[in-house]
Amino acid sequence: MKRPGVKRCAAALATCAAMAGPAGCVAADNPGDPFEGFNRVMFSVNEGIDVVVKPVAQGYDAIVPGPVRTGIGNFFGNIADVWTAVNNLLQGKITEGASDTARVLVNSTMGIVGLIDVASHLGLEKHTEDFGQTLGKWGVGEGPYLYWPIVGPSNVRDTIGFAADMSADPIQYIHDVRVRNSLDGVRLIDARASLLPTDKVIEAAAFDKYSYIRNAYFQMRRDAVYDGDPPPLEDDEDDGEENEK
Amino acid sequence: MKCLVPLLAGWLLALSCACAQENSPDAMIRKITEEVLSVVRQDKDIQGGDTEKAIRLVEAKVLPHFDFQRMTALAMGREWRKATAEQQKRLADEFRTLLVRTYSNALTGYKDEAVSYKQTRMQPNDTEATVRSEIAQPGGKPIRLDYSVEKQPDGWKVYDVIVTGVSLVTNYRDTFAQEVRAHGVDGLIKMLSDKNRQLEAGKK
Repeated sequence: MKRPGVKRCAAALATCAAMAGPAGCVAADNPGDPFEGFNRVMFSVNEGIDVVVKPVAQGYDAIVPGPVRTGIGNFFGNIADVWTAVNNLLQGKITEGASDTARVLVNSTMGIVGLIDVASHLGLEKHTEDFGQTLGKWGVGEGPYLYWPIVGPSNVRDTIGFAADMSADPIQYIHDVRVRNSLDGVRLIDARASLLPTDKVIEAAAFDKYSYIRNAYFQMRRDAVYDGDPPPLEDDEDDGEENEK
Repeated sequence: MKCLVPLLAGWLLALSCACAQENSPDAMIRKITEEVLSVVRQDKDIQGGDTEKAIRLVEAKVLPHFDFQRMTALAMGREWRKATAEQQKRLADEFRTLLVRTYSNALTGYKDEAVSYKQTRMQPNDTEATVRSEIAQPGGKPIRLDYSVEKQPDGWKVYDVIVTGVSLVTNYRDTFAQEVRAHGVDGLIKMLSDKNRQLEAGKK
């Protein structure tokens, strides 16, 4: 596993050196991404890993029937709801936290260990909160952008958040290694499969996939921290229209 | 408790019908979405990934309701003012081609998920609004799809599409600004047209 990764790194570095021109790896001067060189190497490592993961996800997507997919999504979603509840409470959102707790109780019992999302049918809306968002809510800045293999786009704040998320993940505490690895594996493949429709869109839309994903991640996380209602950025005000008036 | 749910739903529906006047941005977005999706639901080619066919659908149904000049200005930020009227037109044309393809690509991934709309909060004299909708995801949280709209003499026009907080327009800002700084406005026009030609040749 390690060797091809190293090889890819080297290949990526070589490419970097070869095209240190306009389209090269160090072209951007994005102030939010001071480690762009490192990140781009990690990005290509991840693209390498995806050569293996994507076909598995495609197979999974083709073979697993819709209702089973939904059940799997619900099952992991129910586990995630526990941590969402904790984070909503940490952010002082008592109503949401209580609603998420009720979701877990309802779905774990009436929803048969989370396989059926009964709570959503009862009007208990699903939220997704992680510790990175909680830190953001507490006023912790994002810090530089970071790209990790498997995990994908992140930043310093969300990397710390991710470590907390993992330490709070009940699946990581299952003693039976085979069960634990199977659950981790299915969760990863299911998550990758749900991104498949996005792949095609990004491939067509992006001039540079790396920076397209970086910008999208920045927007997405800002939106998540502010629960879908972020204040406008100073930059957004300048929409270039003034000269027409 | 359970019998209250349909009652509540019926009440909400009645409420939204009463408010969604014909000329409201809500009604416009809803009408376009329903028109487009009803075609996609019956079109096996588009479902099978025929982007070219989806593009023709988007060009006919969606394009007239979008303001590509403003979208391009928004994507370029302050660099937009560096372009002459002629260059602005070419930029908007190329960016339109790219966005139509992106949108059409996304349409081919549509698998009959339910779309719901939220009531837009606005005052009668507002000339800008954000129309919010959600696409249900079985086994996951719904995908939020918002449209920024502006009132123009010939009706409401969309100038931004925002997917779970990600603006498909401003996502290009640093890439476009960088290109203008490096190779000027003509460099950006060339970058856009090269991309469009490459996608056109790939026909995927």
